[in-house]
Amino acid sequence: METLAGTNVRVNEEGYLLDFSEWNREVGEQIAQAEGITMTPRHWEVIEWLQDQVKADKALSIRGIKKSGVLDIKEFYALFPGGPLKISTKIAGVPKPKSCI
Amino acid sequence: MKNLVILGAGTAGTMMANHLRPKLKRSDWNITIVDQYKTHYYQPGFLFLPFDIYTEDQVKKPGKKFIPKGVNYVQKKIEQIFPEDSKVQLEDETLHYDLLIIATGSKIAPEEVEGMKGKNWHKNVFDFYTYEGALALRNKLRTWEGGKMVVHLTEMPIKCPVAPLEFAFLADSYFQKKGMRDKVDLTYVTPLSGAFTKEKSSAALGYLMKEKNINLEIDFAIESVDNDNNKIIDYGGREVEYDLLVTIPTNMGDEVIARSGMGDDLNFVPTDHNTLQSKEYENVFVIGDATNVPASKAGSVAHFEAETLTDNILLYIEGKPLKPEFDGHANCFIETGKNKALLIDFNYKQEPVEGTFPVPGIGPLKLLKESVFNHWGKLAFRWIYWNMLLKGIPIPLVSRNMSTKGKKL
Repeated sequence: METLAGTNVRVNEEGYLLDFSEWNREVGEQIAQAEGITMTPRHWEVIEWLQDQVKADKALSIRGIKKSGVLDIKEFYALFPGGPLKISTKIAGVPKPKSCI
Repeated sequence: MKNLVILGAGTAGTMMANHLRPKLKRSDWNITIVDQYKTHYYQPGFLFLPFDIYTEDQVKKPGKKFIPKGVNYVQKKIEQIFPEDSKVQLEDETLHYDLLIIATGSKIAPEEVEGMKGKNWHKNVFDFYTYEGALALRNKLRTWEGGKMVVHLTEMPIKCPVAPLEFAFLADSYFQKKGMRDKVDLTYVTPLSGAFTKEKSSAALGYLMKEKNINLEIDFAIESVDNDNNKIIDYGGREVEYDLLVTIPTNMGDEVIARSGMGDDLNFVPTDHNTLQSKEYENVFVIGDATNVPASKAGSVAHFEAETLTDNILLYIEGKPLKPEFDGHANCFIETGKNKALLIDFNYKQEPVEGTFPVPGIGPLKLLKESVFNHWGKLAFRWIYWNMLLKGIPIPLVSRNMSTKGKKL
């Protein structure tokens, strides 16, 4: 079982949390740093929105961002460059969007 | 006399009519099934049409053939569902129901992406999720001389999530057979973080893309199709050029769900994951692609759901508590080209793993491994679909809930 460096927080091979109950802001901060992202209040707003979506059983998608009213897709890319959904979900401690295989 | 109405005579709706008619007394219950279209398509066959593996006749039959006697088959457009009043407005009549089953499926919505359904639609931008699209693509491929082929997936969820990968694998085989593989540059573009996103599948199948020389573009969230320059552009500004684009557009539930105010963002109906009852209306049940449950949108899922839903409808009629039984079970063949296929068996919680199926330790089918036998299984399935599945005849040894036996967990 892998853990996040210097903590007991369990993660999978790609660094995603196995159990959201082990998440807190310091954990999110540490993952963000490793991804080269400096968290701002705006980043945290997005992270909280993502977590609320997952709690409400809603699938995460770029479309969902577009219709969220929280931010637009351009800003999403600016905040989490590269693969915004993949990176932001890792920081948020929730699973990345997947297919069936 | 009570009324049970089924909306949609596709895979799920047809199976429910066949399951329920023998179980509900004709003197107590009328069953009506509504679908405006005459033709029932074997949708998994759309994957094979473009490559001239199946003919038109193999993937379509008159829907009427599969509706059992004693079920009223109404071929009319559904205008709106009024769940508060337990009624459905059709184009020229109103149906009142005691119990409603929504099986209106999902379909492609290419208009959701700017430029996708533009001037080149079905010219060098194709879908293969419709009969028309698959046929147009077949005709194009028959004379195509090669170039950049891009197989692209817009966003999840889609019907049969493995179909785009299968398409890429079959394309590789098809061009090899035609002796023109060296003239085709094949690229797979996905919004996800890889061609395979589950740990065990990635480990077991990662080799396939390389072996078949398929380029991979991941994390690609499409913003538009540029029809003048033949490229797709993502929100991050990335561009992928194509000569021939084969795309899986956004998949959405039927517009009637939106008109009735019963769906989510993508017109899928909020449904209890385990009982298949609508989350909002207790006399409404939902099955197949029309639900928002986090299972694959696939015929096998509808098949397993139909067994649980049949039991739950009978329980509901008797005033008893419903069984929270459905586990998200899916069982899918995946063509990998060159007459081989994979088989996967999984549910909400258990990702696909290696093993044997359906007889633990014996098979004859192998899970998450390529084999010729699996490919025969996929081809045999067309017969099973028309002759057993739609008619609600149980498939031997395959149970509604996923079994962990014979699996390497």
